[in-house]
Amino acid sequence: MIDPANTLSNLDLETPEKPYLDSNELIINMGPQHPATHGVLRVILKLDGEKVLGTECVIGYLHRGVEKIAENRTYAMFNPYVDRMDYVAAVSNGLGYCQAVEKLLNVEAPPRANYIRVILTELNRIASHQLWLGTHALDIGAMTPLFYTFRDREEILKIFEKYCGARLTTHAFRIGGCLYETYAGFEKDVKNFLAFFPPKIVEYEELLTGNRIWLERTKNVGVISGADAIALGVTGPVLRASGVKWDIRKAQPYANYADFDFEIPTGENGDTFDRYMVRMIEMRQSLRIIEQAVNGIPEGPIMAKVPKVIKPAVGEIYHSIEAPKGELGYFIVSDGSTQPYRVRVRPPSFVNLQALDLMVRGMLVADVVAVIGTLDIVLGEVDR
Amino acid sequence: MLNAFMSYLGSRVTPGDANNQLWALIYILIIFAGVSVAVIAMNWLERKALAHFQVRLGPMRVGPHGLLQPIADALKLLLKEDIIPAQADQVVFWIAPLIGLLAAFTVYTVVPFGPSQAVSDMNIGILFMLGVSSLGVLGIVTAGWASNSHYPLIGALRSSAQMVSYEVAMGLAVVSAILMTSLNASGTGTLSMIDIVKAQQEQHVWFLFKFFPLGLIAFVIFAIAMVAETNRAPFDLAEAESELTAGFHTEYSGLRWSLFMLAEYAAMIAVSSIAVALWLGGWMHPFPNLLNAPAWEFIFSLFPGLTFLGLAGIAFLGTARMPSHSFFRIQRAGLAVFAALLGFIALVLLVIAVVGRNADSSVAANFREGIDYVYWFVLKVAVFMYLFIWYRATWPRYRFDQLMQVGWKVMLPISLGVLIATAIVGVIVG
Repeated sequence: MIDPANTLSNLDLETPEKPYLDSNELIINMGPQHPATHGVLRVILKLDGEKVLGTECVIGYLHRGVEKIAENRTYAMFNPYVDRMDYVAAVSNGLGYCQAVEKLLNVEAPPRANYIRVILTELNRIASHQLWLGTHALDIGAMTPLFYTFRDREEILKIFEKYCGARLTTHAFRIGGCLYETYAGFEKDVKNFLAFFPPKIVEYEELLTGNRIWLERTKNVGVISGADAIALGVTGPVLRASGVKWDIRKAQPYANYADFDFEIPTGENGDTFDRYMVRMIEMRQSLRIIEQAVNGIPEGPIMAKVPKVIKPAVGEIYHSIEAPKGELGYFIVSDGSTQPYRVRVRPPSFVNLQALDLMVRGMLVADVVAVIGTLDIVLGEVDR
Repeated sequence: MLNAFMSYLGSRVTPGDANNQLWALIYILIIFAGVSVAVIAMNWLERKALAHFQVRLGPMRVGPHGLLQPIADALKLLLKEDIIPAQADQVVFWIAPLIGLLAAFTVYTVVPFGPSQAVSDMNIGILFMLGVSSLGVLGIVTAGWASNSHYPLIGALRSSAQMVSYEVAMGLAVVSAILMTSLNASGTGTLSMIDIVKAQQEQHVWFLFKFFPLGLIAFVIFAIAMVAETNRAPFDLAEAESELTAGFHTEYSGLRWSLFMLAEYAAMIAVSSIAVALWLGGWMHPFPNLLNAPAWEFIFSLFPGLTFLGLAGIAFLGTARMPSHSFFRIQRAGLAVFAALLGFIALVLLVIAVVGRNADSSVAANFREGIDYVYWFVLKVAVFMYLFIWYRATWPRYRFDQLMQVGWKVMLPISLGVLIATAIVGVIVG
């Protein structure tokens, strides 16, 4: 458990009043402009030589007030905004929001829409993990996987582009289902991807999994125990790598995840290598889900009966989904008008980032970079 | 002066041994220009090869296939504003890149491009080389210190610790190669770079294969240590861009920064030359004692010309494969001119090979031999340069403590063991 005496508020950030480069304790600003902080995260590091004595994350450089914007938009108008939070997993964001509003409206998306949603969301999970893998490897010094993952991620983005015209901020789903019917050849494209991608995972793993340097850089680095992870609210692959079998797709199935047969990979040590392996296996499991979904996709409507003007009854709802980075929750309060009274987003990146200090204390500077990479944060989601 | 110029042409010793300052200066200028050109070529090659490892194209815009990119870069760096941070130690900040550059280039005084193709045949050549090349760390440390900034400081500290610890393993590996030179009738070894290569010829074996696998292990240790010594991936902790932004040269820009790069690449070539001279038979073509008939000599002397001919062919092929759009007109013409230039060099080299084919002491024969030696030496060094790029594309970066662990706990004991084993085997066999 976390020792309260060891928390960040005790971090003395005053530089000692000594003349010229006193190196007993070094305070370093890692970020907001730094190659390895994945955006505009600023981490204040207190160092003893190379050893990390403490960290403090300074966030908010990318704050756009997404939650406040929601209060001035109708439910449908706010839908595209959620794509801009975790912009590498925009489809998941949209799914979470749409389902939360649907729950508020007591509407069920039709089965075909659910299948399309699952296919696109799982494709997006793979795309997100690919981006994570590339940047994480780049942080640890392996340049090449980044380009391989980006090359293969392109295939997923092509499917998105064909489906809804956008590659990143897709706005793929609407409240009540999907706006677009699948394009001609959608199933063929997805099946082609299913055949195309497994050898590529092997290719990534060839570069990294057995690599001695990779193992040394990731094993026993940034260890977090299952209990600590739960206490900090950490979710997603980071939690599962610590041995806690918690995946909302299984625990509280949404969309039609209950129909599919897949496994939840877990790790044992909760170190960076386990998180790497968990995500690698997750990509394969996502392929399994996509395969079942694309083979079982039913005919039928793609849109439920939703009123033109969405005016949910007074009430509140919390709905969470398993985004690629962890539990993505939406808490929506409705005052009965066309605009939400309050939307609160529980972003996985923001919560997972809390674990950074616990994970890097006593490690070296190079590990901070590895841990930031392994937490898989997107600053757009942290700051919202 | 003309006399000094002409009298050297027929002799077959280094200018240093001939006590000919004029030719020493000419050699120094040639080597300086040659290394600078090699660094520029290496810059282009690294970006291009790295790009192709990573399913990219690399530079394509400036000149055909980006051939002029290094020149454009150099020009850009020259024209950039010279920034010295206000809080920096001005003088040291100014001197630091020069120290690194000087250390990297001074090493070339004793690099044996051929039996007489070196500035000087110093009798302590290898010691001089190791000693001077270690001075390069001074440039990095002073740069990190003078920047008066945290990232450079950490980078400098890392790099000094790293270089000092890998120097030990490196030195021991070198000693085991030097031990092998003493396995002759008189039983005396040598520290002269040229004599080390000659010893390999006398013993009819590259030291890489001597006392297999002892020579090989020593070579591998040196090959690893030299990557660490030059701060290249996977040991590029001093400039680990994902951790320390740019490490010791974070505060440097423009010309000063490019001096660091020049020093780094020059140092890479220098340490590769040590490896080539000590283990890969230096300037000798493959099987120098087996294939030493005049016919073979002639065939091997055709190699340089044929290599350039091949390069010219590739360039011409590139001309033919360029899209037939008017946009590519200038690029196509440029590539054709480049191909023609390569072809011309090939022609000159082939003519020299044919004219100087008799192994007499004529100037042409002398020239032909010189080209031959330099060609094989450079070819072997080029293999190492390619390996440097390959490492960088493949491996993640070591962490600082792991790096130290590998250096002190793995490489040092092994190199010490190899040294002892070489000594014992040498006494028994030799």
